Amino acid sequence: MSMAFADYLFLLGAMGAVTYLPRWLPVFLLSRRPLPSWLIDWLDLIPVAVLSALLAPALLADSAPRALNLGKPELLVAGPTLLFALKTRSLGGTVLLGMFLYWLTGLVL
Amino acid sequence: MENSLTTSARWRQGLGAAWPICLGYLPLGIALGVLARQAGIDPLGIGLMSLLVFAGSAQFIAVAMLASGASVGAIVLATLVVNFRHLLMSSALAVYLRGVGPGFLALFAYGITDESFAVNMTRFRSGDWDRWRALIVNQAANAAWVLSTVAGAFLGELIPAGAFGIDYALIGMFLCLLVFQLRGAFHLFTALISGVLSVACYLAVPGDSYVVVAAVGAASAGFLLQRHKRRGRR
Repeated sequence: MSMAFADYLFLLGAMGAVTYLPRWLPVFLLSRRPLPSWLIDWLDLIPVAVLSALLAPALLADSAPRALNLGKPELLVAGPTLLFALKTRSLGGTVLLGMFLYWLTGLVL
Repeated sequence: MENSLTTSARWRQGLGAAWPICLGYLPLGIALGVLARQAGIDPLGIGLMSLLVFAGSAQFIAVAMLASGASVGAIVLATLVVNFRHLLMSSALAVYLRGVGPGFLALFAYGITDESFAVNMTRFRSGDWDRWRALIVNQAANAAWVLSTVAGAFLGELIPAGAFGIDYALIGMFLCLLVFQLRGAFHLFTALISGVLSVACYLAVPGDSYVVVAAVGAASAGFLLQRHKRRGRR
């Protein structure tokens, strides 16, 4: 990196500011007044939507170049991992099982 | 409810909720540290970045852009766009932080990530969670992130890639948290729509807008369907 340390610090400060603002503004503004019920209903669906939006490309698509791929080991492992989560509802157990199965597919495939 | 727990119980439960996040951050942080080192950023430099920014995907992009000699303005703009999704998460968390003081909120907001959001929302919804344990989750995840990026910068090349299937830790965690969030037909509908939208957007549009577009679109679709059904019942 050809950048001087002071310039690098300035960059980090600016990156930190634009990252912090969207994290802070909603909790600061929305926690001070009662929210309308429609907004609460809408926000209630946000976690499930965000999780699914994060997961789907990781399971179903290659990243470089971006392309649909229905044969990823990530997807193969997701099946039993999801069943285990439904059955046990154990977060730690699901993470460890997923890791183990993924490691296993790496050995086999 | 907040005062019924001892400090040590609070720490134990907070850290107990945070460990899958920390485990998942380990391979990501080490990978970032290795890349940063290759881009000419020293361990102090990457540690400071993890501390001041604390946003995984934005940091990967920033390191790649620094390596290719991008301008400060371009890197900051990319960071803003990638992290815009936190606006949604912060809004959803606000429902559980009613009337909390500005000092706590300022500290809490720093640690809102995809992972801490998913863990804390699941716990808050179960009813047995408070803002202090949520804050411990945020800060433990931050500590793990800073440490693993610095560790990657120091000794990353010694660790074999893909060891122990650890690359699957965050996917496994998200899968389980998704299961926890599926409370009925509207949530299932929203999840399916979001997955389809996300993949479509991921393939069609370069960049990271797919999370925000899919989440807003799917939550709105689920919301409208819910409204429609409720009205029909009346």
